[in-house]
Amino acid sequence: MSLLSRKSKSDDSQALKEAYFTASQGQLIRARFRQNKAAMVAAWALTLMILMGFFAPFLSPYSPDIAGRDKEYENGAPQMPKFWDENGFSARPFLYTMERERSIKTNFRWVTTENREKRRYVELFVRDWEYSYIDLDWDLPGDFFDVDVKALTTDLHLFGISEGGIHLFGTDASGKDIYSRTLHAINTSLAVGTLGVLISFVLALIIGGVAGYFGGWIDSVLQMITDAIRTVPPIPLFMALAAFMPDSWSSETRFFFIASILGLIGWPTLARRIRTHLLTERSQEYVLAAELCGASSSHVIRRHLLPSFTSYIIVDLMITFPYVVRSETALSFIGLGLTDPVNSLGSLMQSVSKADVILNYQWYFIPVLFFIAFVLAFVFVGDGLRDAADPYSKSKK
Amino acid sequence: MNKAVKQGIDTHSSVSQALITADKLSVQFPIGGGFLRKKQMLRAVDDVSLAIPKGSFFGLVGESGSGKTTLGRAMLRAAPISGGSIHYSDGEVSYNLVDLPKTELIEYRKRAQLIFQDPYAALSPRMTVRDIIAEPLEVMGITKTREETDERVRSIATKCRLNLEHLRRFPHAFSGGQRQRISIARALVSNPRFVVADESVAALDVSIQADILNLLKSLQEELQLTYLFISHDLSVVAHICDHVAVMYLGRLVETAPTRELFRAPRHPYTKALMSAIPSLDPDQRGNAQKLEGEIPSPTNPPSGCKFHTRCPHTIDICKQKEPTLDHLGVEHDVACHRWQELSGPA
Amino acid sequence: MSLLNVNNLTLQFDTDEGRITAVDDVSFELNAGEVLGLVGESGSGKSVTAKALMKLNPDNAVYGDQSSITLTLEDDKIDVLSLKSGKDLQVIRGGAVSMIFQEPMASFAPAISIGDQMVEQLRLHKNITKREATEISIEMLDRVGISDASKRFNQYAFELSGGMRQRAMIAMALSTRPSLLIADEPTTALDVTIQAQVIDLMKDLIKEFGMGILFITHDLGVIAQTADRVAVMYLGKLVEQGSVRDVIKNPSHPYTRGLLNALPKLDDLDTPLMPIPGDIPSPLERPQGCVFHTRCSMAEPRCMQSVPAYSSFGDGHKAACFVTAEQQGVS
Repeated sequence: MSLLSRKSKSDDSQALKEAYFTASQGQLIRARFRQNKAAMVAAWALTLMILMGFFAPFLSPYSPDIAGRDKEYENGAPQMPKFWDENGFSARPFLYTMERERSIKTNFRWVTTENREKRRYVELFVRDWEYSYIDLDWDLPGDFFDVDVKALTTDLHLFGISEGGIHLFGTDASGKDIYSRTLHAINTSLAVGTLGVLISFVLALIIGGVAGYFGGWIDSVLQMITDAIRTVPPIPLFMALAAFMPDSWSSETRFFFIASILGLIGWPTLARRIRTHLLTERSQEYVLAAELCGASSSHVIRRHLLPSFTSYIIVDLMITFPYVVRSETALSFIGLGLTDPVNSLGSLMQSVSKADVILNYQWYFIPVLFFIAFVLAFVFVGDGLRDAADPYSKSKK
Repeated sequence: MNKAVKQGIDTHSSVSQALITADKLSVQFPIGGGFLRKKQMLRAVDDVSLAIPKGSFFGLVGESGSGKTTLGRAMLRAAPISGGSIHYSDGEVSYNLVDLPKTELIEYRKRAQLIFQDPYAALSPRMTVRDIIAEPLEVMGITKTREETDERVRSIATKCRLNLEHLRRFPHAFSGGQRQRISIARALVSNPRFVVADESVAALDVSIQADILNLLKSLQEELQLTYLFISHDLSVVAHICDHVAVMYLGRLVETAPTRELFRAPRHPYTKALMSAIPSLDPDQRGNAQKLEGEIPSPTNPPSGCKFHTRCPHTIDICKQKEPTLDHLGVEHDVACHRWQELSGPA
Repeated sequence: MSLLNVNNLTLQFDTDEGRITAVDDVSFELNAGEVLGLVGESGSGKSVTAKALMKLNPDNAVYGDQSSITLTLEDDKIDVLSLKSGKDLQVIRGGAVSMIFQEPMASFAPAISIGDQMVEQLRLHKNITKREATEISIEMLDRVGISDASKRFNQYAFELSGGMRQRAMIAMALSTRPSLLIADEPTTALDVTIQAQVIDLMKDLIKEFGMGILFITHDLGVIAQTADRVAVMYLGKLVEQGSVRDVIKNPSHPYTRGLLNALPKLDDLDTPLMPIPGDIPSPLERPQGCVFHTRCSMAEPRCMQSVPAYSSFGDGHKAACFVTAEQQGVS
């Protein structure tokens, strides 16, 4: 019973038809979006991942930093809780105990064995390490900018285990739980993405907006500037900037710096799109009609131009987001962006290229899957929005 | 050609008062050029003098490049005027449109409006019909309260035969003819005296065209409007307008009351235009007086009489000298060197 | 001998909003050397019908089971709707059947010269050398009244004016000597004085080339001047058909009458224009029974219940209306 299907002739469909006639652009776009299965699935997946990122501390049994590492289980394989084994069924999922021993028998190497007799049960809603939902501790250059806010502190976690460790995705070389790190990394990537897109957007709005609205020589000059910036090759630029970043900078500073640079590189494309939208809208006849009544610029902008391109801009932002995340990830992967111990999807992948890892510790790749899913979800949602937002692609006269 | 070789306006004062008068009006646009290249000037309207009587349904006819749309826009102060003047006088106020101060321009806008051609492009898809029609009232500050606005919107919508329940719908709900009615309602909501209808029925189906034309006619009587009806379709103009002016490449070539023009056209272009219209009578074939050649580009107009390159009656003087508008009868003006010799028995 | 036979053509489109009927049980025939005008307003289905003749409709087009389009070319009967492969379709597209469009800019690729496009078209359909193709093309350009043909041959579409572009398009379409020319609103976008020239040109060419022309337009005046026979369409249905003289002088369907009354005529300035009441229904909401009954002044209850069959009003003149059939005492 979608807003867009108006087939039969009954009272029911009369109400439906009326709904279609009185539906604003926003409502029509939403209805069209809902019809797009792939986009809806992607939208759900995206929402799920964002929630996972937001509730990361709640969902993680371990703290993602050095404090939460499991010294007993370095480079450990993923551990999947079982419900059933040769010893019988258990309603509560459990794991085997890993025992490490070092003795003359093993040539004084640490050897871990599985003790299938000793079960450790997974517990839900445990109380463990403390965290805050709002925890801003930014150590930026200059004391003025430092931020230290803590709120919504709790110590509740979704699950934990009675003793020993539970590592769903395994651990890395220093024993940190990859599952916990991945969830927290989603958060970081989201934050970098948002900041980068925001910076891009503000710049693009100003420059593209002015160019599109005024046209003429202002437009020509701004276009030249935009094109000039666009020709700057990003990778050498990043390398140069990475070399420039002093080690003494805290990770927050590095974070802001990277996000800002990404934003500053990304604005030309967005500016061009905004300019094009504006130029098109400006020459629409209904804008001329308003001007012929003596409408002021602010009226034209407010009543006609802004509403018309809001939907396009949302689409553009959605599509730009994964590019920023991808750039940050790529940078961090090659060591130029956020580095260990910061959790970002890119830094998690830093060690992945080592031969040792590829051969022996394949679970390091799990964050890659998350990254792919994350980017794809954004892309599908963006595409779906773009198809939905083009109101005249399918309507007939 | 000796008699009354004048711009036709002054002698018309005995006939009904002119609402809007253009006197040697020229509109030109710079085209091409960039930073370093020289710009060319396109004379869209070239030295046109025209008087639109109050209460008339004045037709302006021409093909592409004739400048008719530009002339209409110039009369609404929506095109840059590069020469000549335009006077507006409706009995209450009088304006010289060329150097109009801003406050008076706002007042003029309430009195002079435009109906667009394309019903699909002229309405913002994001506004409800009620808002679209109300926009001029709000922008020009004509009404003070929302109730007042609603009242006027409803009133004009009813006059344009729009269903009041449809006011909360969006344009995508309507057909071409209905959209054009919304366009008309928007143009008329501010109670203008002068309305320019720029190809307002060109984009509509024939059966709907007649409906809109009849609507325009009845609204004229009801609201005491004066129309400037711009069209390329001479048959439509013939049916609905009481005066017709014919333009070619920016110049006015002939103007007369409709019946007079169709009874006895004097200018060769007018004659060709009329005979080019395909007749609905299948037995009348091959009677048309065919015009050879293409319409010249307005950026590079011919010398002398702009029509000489296609005129079957061209002589030397036509290539050298531009004809002036001669007055040959009651409100009948023509710009041709040879109109007298060429008009045999009408 | 019938060049084109369209029988019971029904075309529907599967869209998001449901199945739309664009053409409903349309039948007509066209003979060689004859001009058949297909007249209708928006939503009439005339363009869709034309495209069906060259199988140019999009993939979501669904043809009716009984539909058939048959082209008879020199003892070769082609069933157009059954053609599938590219090679078979090439015979009809541009070869035996050519089409000219409303917007000549749409026909020519902007970045390739007109000459190159004409030569390409010719060599696709005929096995001739580039030189021969060039000669034929320049000759055609000259034939359609383009002065300085060899110079124009090398020019690009944007360098020509509207009227010349249209002539060039006609030249391109006719260079392969098609048996059937489909002209889809060829003069609608032209100024009226240029339109008159192009109509004249087409009439000359018909005499010379002897092809059949399907002339699609909404302009009854143009049809009156060029066509031999006319078929009137409304919302996918063919409501009246006959010789131009019969249909215009003795319109037997209320829609045709309505159209003629709504048209401004230069030789009758006193009669007021009579619009057809109401709006053209959207194709999503086609009326039941007689498709025109919602706007017909003579509508009776049976018009809403059943679809009227064709009644014959004399020599090939037929219309689908219960009421006029009765009035004129025909069956």
